[in-house]
Amino acid sequence: MLEARSRRRRTLGGVLLALPAILWLALFFLIPLGIMVVVSVLTRDASGAGVLPLTLEHYERVFGVFSPVLWRSIGISLVATLVCLVIGYPLAFFISTRQRQWVRQVCLFLVILPFWTNFLVRTYAWRVLLGDEGTINSILSATGLIQEPLQLLNTQFAVVVGLVYGFLPFMVLPIYASVERFDFRFVDAAHDLGANDLRAFLEVVFPLTLPGVFAGSALVFIPCVGAFVTPDLLGGTSGLMIGNLIQRQFGGSGNMPLGSALSVVMMVIVMLTLLAYVRFGTRRA
Amino acid sequence: MCPPGYAGQTLSVFNWSTYIADNTIPDFEAACGVTVEYSIFESNEAMLARIRQGNPGYDIVVPSGNTIGLMIESDLLIPLNKDLIPNLTNVTPELLNPPYDPDNLYSIPYQWGTIGIGYNKEKVGEITSWEQMWNYDGKVAWLDDRRAVFGIALNLLGYDPNTTNPDEINAARDYLIERGGNVVAIAADDGQVLLERGDVDMTIEYSGDILALMFECECDTYGYLIPEEGTNIWVDNMAIPVDAPNPELAMVFMDYILHPQVGADISNYTAYGSPNQPAIDNGLIDEALLSDPAIYPSQEILAKLFFSNPVGGDAEQLYNNAWDEMLIFLGQ
Repeated sequence: MLEARSRRRRTLGGVLLALPAILWLALFFLIPLGIMVVVSVLTRDASGAGVLPLTLEHYERVFGVFSPVLWRSIGISLVATLVCLVIGYPLAFFISTRQRQWVRQVCLFLVILPFWTNFLVRTYAWRVLLGDEGTINSILSATGLIQEPLQLLNTQFAVVVGLVYGFLPFMVLPIYASVERFDFRFVDAAHDLGANDLRAFLEVVFPLTLPGVFAGSALVFIPCVGAFVTPDLLGGTSGLMIGNLIQRQFGGSGNMPLGSALSVVMMVIVMLTLLAYVRFGTRRA
Repeated sequence: MCPPGYAGQTLSVFNWSTYIADNTIPDFEAACGVTVEYSIFESNEAMLARIRQGNPGYDIVVPSGNTIGLMIESDLLIPLNKDLIPNLTNVTPELLNPPYDPDNLYSIPYQWGTIGIGYNKEKVGEITSWEQMWNYDGKVAWLDDRRAVFGIALNLLGYDPNTTNPDEINAARDYLIERGGNVVAIAADDGQVLLERGDVDMTIEYSGDILALMFECECDTYGYLIPEEGTNIWVDNMAIPVDAPNPELAMVFMDYILHPQVGADISNYTAYGSPNQPAIDNGLIDEALLSDPAIYPSQEILAKLFFSNPVGGDAEQLYNNAWDEMLIFLGQ
């Protein structure tokens, strides 16, 4: 009896504490989201806004003529996530296994350091590096490795580079947290049971750090799918992503219903990713 | 140069940066005995935002054509009293009665230019036509201005560059997709940067951006072409915003700007096209500029230039869709 009351009080207090956040989310997230879904099934009027009657033509367009860009966005994001994982896992592992705490802290600080510079500026800098007469091509041709400049800028490759560069910290940090919590006596146990280093890693360490891998992958994949600045600056015509097409619909004389339909589809992709994360990522934690 | 009766008054001019000769304002102040406050803006949008919030006291603004159209629609401009602007007759006939202000009730041409091809002469050689850009074996960029690019294609196909016919717009889309195999980027008004960095050898751009690059680099690497098949023309115009404190003096100022020598001084400084026919005919424009077909095209090509007119929301949507589809296909 007493116990139940105290639990209820705790629940009530919790609700009160969460109220500002709930109101915030309802006002600035749920309601706009609802508006977006509604607008996505309206007809475009002459000014680009949505009016009745209801129609599914925008979704037809999204899954019709826009579908190559949809698939490309998912593909580029998957590749970027994978590259982040391949680079980020060893890095996170290296950092979290340093003995001295200050070394770990300095390393983590260095991972976060790029955030001090504006994302747009950092992405723009890649244009200078990747250009036909940019830094990379200049070095390669000065050393005689290439005769003709490599086409690096305005390619899907450049978009992947920009996304990996931009979102790598989001992969490193959760994996770092996972590895840091890992009890390395498990590795000793694996060795005692006859596993070599590789096997101990694959069968003991990696599975136990999977929550970090899933969290990192979700944190990288989701912003990649909606990326707009990176493909805009680095992708040229061949790196066009869904974010660029959404942006176009909300400018002057655009098409808000179509832009909303594209956004809804993108949101579904993001939600599926999150569901996968909840399903596979949190259970093991 | 100045009718009497304005001494002691003040005029406030709101213009683009580096868009007027050094002596234009002091000479006007001396001639009329007035004081001129001169401010600058960086974009049509920035200027428009200031006026929409309530005119802070400008008597003259210098918007581009489409922005003039918008401002007329929104009742942000004051009609001109042409009795105060007798020099209006100096304006080149082709630049009068533009589609965004059919009888020049609100605006008077200030400087003009085109949307053409900026190119790297060392890589491309000399070119004359759009056809050479479509067929170029190398990297090119197009301008992120759907009406301008579609206008070019429609014109090449023999259609009205401002058509509202869906079949013609789709034909232009297919025409562009077919010829866009060498397009690596759709440049958001920074084609001159791509050109300078060597990322493309040709780009569709506003004449002013390329001419500025040619001027600043002090080299003979870059060229600007008004293709022989014709292209878009743009005009910046003087106009008087609502609630201007001194509209009458503003009209006197417009008339002063249309004086052949004053207009010539401005265009000699900006290196843009002058709308002042006597200035051109009487040799007041620098010979080097006047003989440059990138700034003053021949009568034959001048006749092939066209304006992008407002086509209404439904047709805009046709262009919007066609442009999206073109973007999607160019990337494949």
